[in-house]
Amino acid sequence: MTIEQDIQQTLIQQFPFLDGKCTVKRARRLSATVDYAQFRTLFDFLADKTDFCILCTITGLDEGEQLSFIYHLAREDGVMIDLKTSVPKTNPIIKTVFDRFPAADIYERELIDLLGTQVEGLNPGRRYPLPDTWPIDEHPLRKDWKEKEA
Amino acid sequence: MAKVTIPIGPQHPSLKEPESFSVTIDGEKIISMTMKLGYNHRGIEKACEERTYLQDMYLIERICGICSHTHSTCFIQAVEEIAGLEIPRRAAYIRSLVGELERIHSHLLWLGVAGHEIGFDTLLMYSWRDREIVMDLLAMLTGNRVNYAINTIGGIRRDINADNIRDILKAVDTLEERTKYYIQIATQEVTLIQRLSGVGTLSFEDAKRLGAVGPTARASNLPRDTRKDDPYAAYGELNFKVVTDTHNDVYGRTLVRVGELMESYAIIRQILTNLPDGPIAVKAPRKIAPGEATSRYEAPRGEDLHYVKSNGSDKPERVKVRAPTLANLQSVSKMLENGYLADFPIVIAAIDPCFSCTDRMIVGVHHPDGELAGAMDWKALRTYSIDWYKKNRGVNFKIKA
Repeated sequence: MTIEQDIQQTLIQQFPFLDGKCTVKRARRLSATVDYAQFRTLFDFLADKTDFCILCTITGLDEGEQLSFIYHLAREDGVMIDLKTSVPKTNPIIKTVFDRFPAADIYERELIDLLGTQVEGLNPGRRYPLPDTWPIDEHPLRKDWKEKEA
Repeated sequence: MAKVTIPIGPQHPSLKEPESFSVTIDGEKIISMTMKLGYNHRGIEKACEERTYLQDMYLIERICGICSHTHSTCFIQAVEEIAGLEIPRRAAYIRSLVGELERIHSHLLWLGVAGHEIGFDTLLMYSWRDREIVMDLLAMLTGNRVNYAINTIGGIRRDINADNIRDILKAVDTLEERTKYYIQIATQEVTLIQRLSGVGTLSFEDAKRLGAVGPTARASNLPRDTRKDDPYAAYGELNFKVVTDTHNDVYGRTLVRVGELMESYAIIRQILTNLPDGPIAVKAPRKIAPGEATSRYEAPRGEDLHYVKSNGSDKPERVKVRAPTLANLQSVSKMLENGYLADFPIVIAAIDPCFSCTDRMIVGVHHPDGELAGAMDWKALRTYSIDWYKKNRGVNFKIKA
C-alpha cells in the first residue's frame, strides 16, 4: 500500500463519513470533501495525527449557492491534501484556523476581501489585499461581481 | 523610554516594492510590527477567469518579473494535470534548465540587494555584473531577459541546440568561478559575517510553526524544497542536495543562497549531459475538461502554489496563486521582534521579497553594415564611462588591454 492509500484508509477508518469523499488523485495528492460541521475535527486530526503540518494556503471558490474553501495542507515528505468544505452563501461564516496555523491570518483576510466570507475569531488587523478605500460590500471574486463604471 | 510607532512605507528608500509597515519601537529595539500589503494587487486571478488558458499563461508569467518562469510553469502544470497531458521528457528537462537559470539570476540579484542594504555596494556591483551572464543566457535561449515565454501547454516553445549547450556550459563555468569567490567572501569577510550574524533570527521551531518556505526555512535547518519533496519537471531524475544551514539568521540565509547557486550549476550540467532527444511538446486541447489540480513549484524564494479549476470551456473557472513571500510574512514579524530598527531593511530583504524586475536592457540589433543600432555594446559602454569620469571628475582609470 502506498503512503497516500495508507493515509486515505486511516482517514476513512477514523471518519466513516469520508467513505467515497476522500480520494487519491495521484502520487502525493489526496483530496477530501467534508461538511463544515465536521471540518474542524478532521482538520485538527490531519494536523495532529497524520503529519499535515504545513498550511500552504486557503483557496476560496464561489460555487453558486455556496462558498467553498479548499485548505491545502502538506506534509514534510511532499504529500498534500486538498480539504474542501462549503458554507451557504447566504450565511458565509467560517471560524479562523489561525490558532493552529499562524500563516492562515493573511489567507483568511483574503477570503474576507475577495469573496465576502466572514471569518470568526480573527485578530483585528489591516485588510488584505484590497485598498482601505475599497467598498466593504464589493467582493471581486464573487461570480456576479461586475466592475462599476467610474 | 516611551514606545513610539513609526510608519515605514509604502514608499521608502530601503524597500523597492510598496509595502507599508508600522513598527513599534522602544528606543532602538523593535517591539512589534504590523503590515499593510496589497499595493501591487492587480486582480490577476479575476482576470484569468475571463481569458483562455493560453492567454492566462502569458498573464500569469507577468505576476513577477524575477520568477516569471516559476509562475507560468506552476500554472500550466496544474492545467496539464487536469487535461491528462504528459509532457515529453525533453520539455521537462528544458523547463528545469530555465528554472535553474532563473534561480541563479534571482539569487545573484538577491546577493547584490543584500550587499546594498548593508552598505557593501561593491558586492552589488560585482554580483549584478555577473548576473548579466545568466540574463544573456536566458535571452539567448528564450528571446527574453524576463518573462521568457518558453512554456506552452503541453511542453515548451523553443528547443535548444548544440551551440546553446556549449554556450551555457561555458557561462556556467564562469559563474561557478565567480560564486566560489562569493563563498570565500561570505565565509571569510569579517565585516559581512559580523553584520549579518545574529540578525533576523528565526529558530527551527518558529520556521516550522510559522510555515516558512524556501531559503528562509532552509537557513533555519528546515529542509523544505519542493524540487525534492514534490518533484516536478525533470527534478525526479536529477541528483542534487537541499542546502540547509543552522545559523538561523540573515547570515545563514546568505550561505544557503550561495550554496544553492553551486547546486544549480551542478543541476544544469546534469540536465545538459542527460538531455533526452525527442519532441518538445504534445498537442494540447483548447478546451479543458472539468477538473481541478493543485501545483507546487520551488521558486527561488520558496514554494509557489497554484490551484486551477476548469469547467470544460477554454477559460478556467478559478485560478488561485500563492507566491512564496506571502508564506514567509509571519516569519518576518518574528525575525524583527527584539531586533534593532537599523536591521529592518536587511531582515526584510533576507526573505527576498519579490519586487518587480522591470529593468530591461535593449539587445542591440545589427544593421547590415555591422553598426549597432539603439544600444551600446559592453566595450563601448566601458570606454564611454571611463571617458566620462576623466572629463567630468578628473579621474583617470587605468585601462587593461
